[in-house]
Amino acid sequence: MSIFIDQSTKLIVQGITGRDGSFHTKQMIEYGTCVVAGVTPGKGGQTFEGTVPIFNTVADAVAATGANTSVIYVPPPFAADAIMEAAAAGVSLIVCITEGVPVLDMTRVYPYVQENGARLIGPNCPGLISPGKSKVGIIPGRICTPGPVGLVSRSGTLTYEVVYHLTRAGMGQTTCVGIGGDPINGTNFIDCLAAFERDPDTKVIAMIGEIGGTDEQNAAQFVKEHMTKPVVGFIAGQTAPPGRRMGHAGAIISGSTGTAAEKIQAFKEAGMAVAQRPVDFVSLVRERL
Amino acid sequence: MNIHEYQAKEIFRRHGIPVPPGEVATTPEDAERIARSFGTTVVVKAQVHAGGRGKAGGVKLAKTPADAKAVASQILGMQIKGLTVQRVLVTPAADIATEAYAGIIVDRASKRAVFMVSPAGGIDIEEVAAKTPEKILRLPVDPRYGLLGFEALRMGFFLYPDVKQARAAAKILQQLYAAFTASGASLAEINPLVTTPAGEVLALDAKMVIDDNELDRRPELAALRDDSAEAPSEVAARKANLTFIKLDGNVGCVVNGAGLAMATMDLVKYYGGEPANFLDIGGSSNPEKVVNALRIITADPNVKAILFNIFGGITRTDDVANGIVTATRSNPLTVPIVIRLTGTNEEIAVKILQEHGFSAMTDMDEAVQRAVALATGGKAA
Repeated sequence: MSIFIDQSTKLIVQGITGRDGSFHTKQMIEYGTCVVAGVTPGKGGQTFEGTVPIFNTVADAVAATGANTSVIYVPPPFAADAIMEAAAAGVSLIVCITEGVPVLDMTRVYPYVQENGARLIGPNCPGLISPGKSKVGIIPGRICTPGPVGLVSRSGTLTYEVVYHLTRAGMGQTTCVGIGGDPINGTNFIDCLAAFERDPDTKVIAMIGEIGGTDEQNAAQFVKEHMTKPVVGFIAGQTAPPGRRMGHAGAIISGSTGTAAEKIQAFKEAGMAVAQRPVDFVSLVRERL
Repeated sequence: MNIHEYQAKEIFRRHGIPVPPGEVATTPEDAERIARSFGTTVVVKAQVHAGGRGKAGGVKLAKTPADAKAVASQILGMQIKGLTVQRVLVTPAADIATEAYAGIIVDRASKRAVFMVSPAGGIDIEEVAAKTPEKILRLPVDPRYGLLGFEALRMGFFLYPDVKQARAAAKILQQLYAAFTASGASLAEINPLVTTPAGEVLALDAKMVIDDNELDRRPELAALRDDSAEAPSEVAARKANLTFIKLDGNVGCVVNGAGLAMATMDLVKYYGGEPANFLDIGGSSNPEKVVNALRIITADPNVKAILFNIFGGITRTDDVANGIVTATRSNPLTVPIVIRLTGTNEEIAVKILQEHGFSAMTDMDEAVQRAVALATGGKAA
């Protein structure tokens, strides 16, 4: 098993003819993801690489293909509308890779997606992968392998670093989810932890957080109250100065809240193991399998 | 992006918020001329992107134009939290009866814009929140409807028992919400919101932070950026599309991805070193970015060793290797460099580097330990 995506995932790519969209569509198809349609307004009727039909709207694409998932590679000013278009068309899982979506746009997008009963992952995220089954987004497929570890992270390349260590040590993954580095995102740590808790094949969860906000602290509380499976945590940004945005829009210590120390403390109080370095996941996860 | 008080006040004014008049001076003579034109006691206020200006001596009263000149010459050029004051705002002094606080921020937890108002104004609102939370009213705004009239009035009455003042405050809060959304702000703040002895309600100060992600579609706001108010290295990095934050250590870090960049800094510290910076070259491959990154890092005299940590996903490690070769050919390095590359096109990258006399590592921990040893003058680990 896995969470959110598997062999039944039928994917639409919004922005399939753009530079990033076309590159990653090829990678996803190569990985084995079932890409059923692309959407680029004005290019309806054409095909991508001679195989994937392109539609003008998401609604057309869903009607013609029965797609249940969408991945978004459109530029930031149009990303909010693209997410809402997918939600309105009845897509149940929407993954927004785009970085740089204005946060006020997200205050409108979030309730809209909720009301339409969809799940949004991202924005500003690498997407997710269920190794051997399906990949939606940009996580390099070759660093992953199937196995019993569930992984959830706010980061991209730091996730790759940890997955790479786990895979090399022989510990594969059920699903790796990048929830994104923005202050307002569609899916948080708790959503992923709850899904991993329900997934029979996931035995241990690796959770990679960073400074800013209180999502990790809330997740620690959830672990304490609701999780039977062990969770190993990590927080990036122990050396980050307060008040500065560390690349990710959401990675900022505001006043005295959102520090690495406060998050690590919350993990410890919840009985979680804490990795001090990315490589420490190897021993901490292995001990708990 | 931070904007100055005088710029935020201009935006407030355009949305109808009552703001005292004022003009910006860059020389003491300017300040004197402006003070004379007002013909009354003025306040001279440092325009820098730092809180606590008053405590630092950056806000002063001047009774006469000559006083304004003298005060401005003290404030212009002074350092507040490491920033040099280049401009002052000269504004008529207001008679103040009461001071309140009104602000709006994007709140992560509720995923909405949230108002915060408090009758205890003029001081740090975080302090009020910590010590006397009952003096703060929080009100999340539903983005579908905006700030509703009764909500604004409820906040108005929380600030002022007098109905006229409550209504005046409610109107200001509506206008503040309009200014906030129209500007793509992540914060808009009036501290203090004052009443005068005559009963008027006025925004005496103004602070706005614009969401960087809005600037592409709002060129008129992007034009408000004041490069002189930021560290030169950070301005250079932004123009090169790099995210760079200068720190006090001596290990210069070049990393792809914000999370990995933070984890790399943390690991430098873990192994006994201090990072000189945060630098994210981003996800896409581009040798030019590497050239710019190296130029910015080597300009910092504190840097004693340079550490590259690249995990190639979208980033092609051979592009990074080419960037390192190009950059060091035109500007030979005077400090040692440690390069860790893994992922996409790693074999090609290692070959390119070796051909040019660099060695490459694949393990993050080993690379960090080595860079720390080199920076601290110890032998290579």
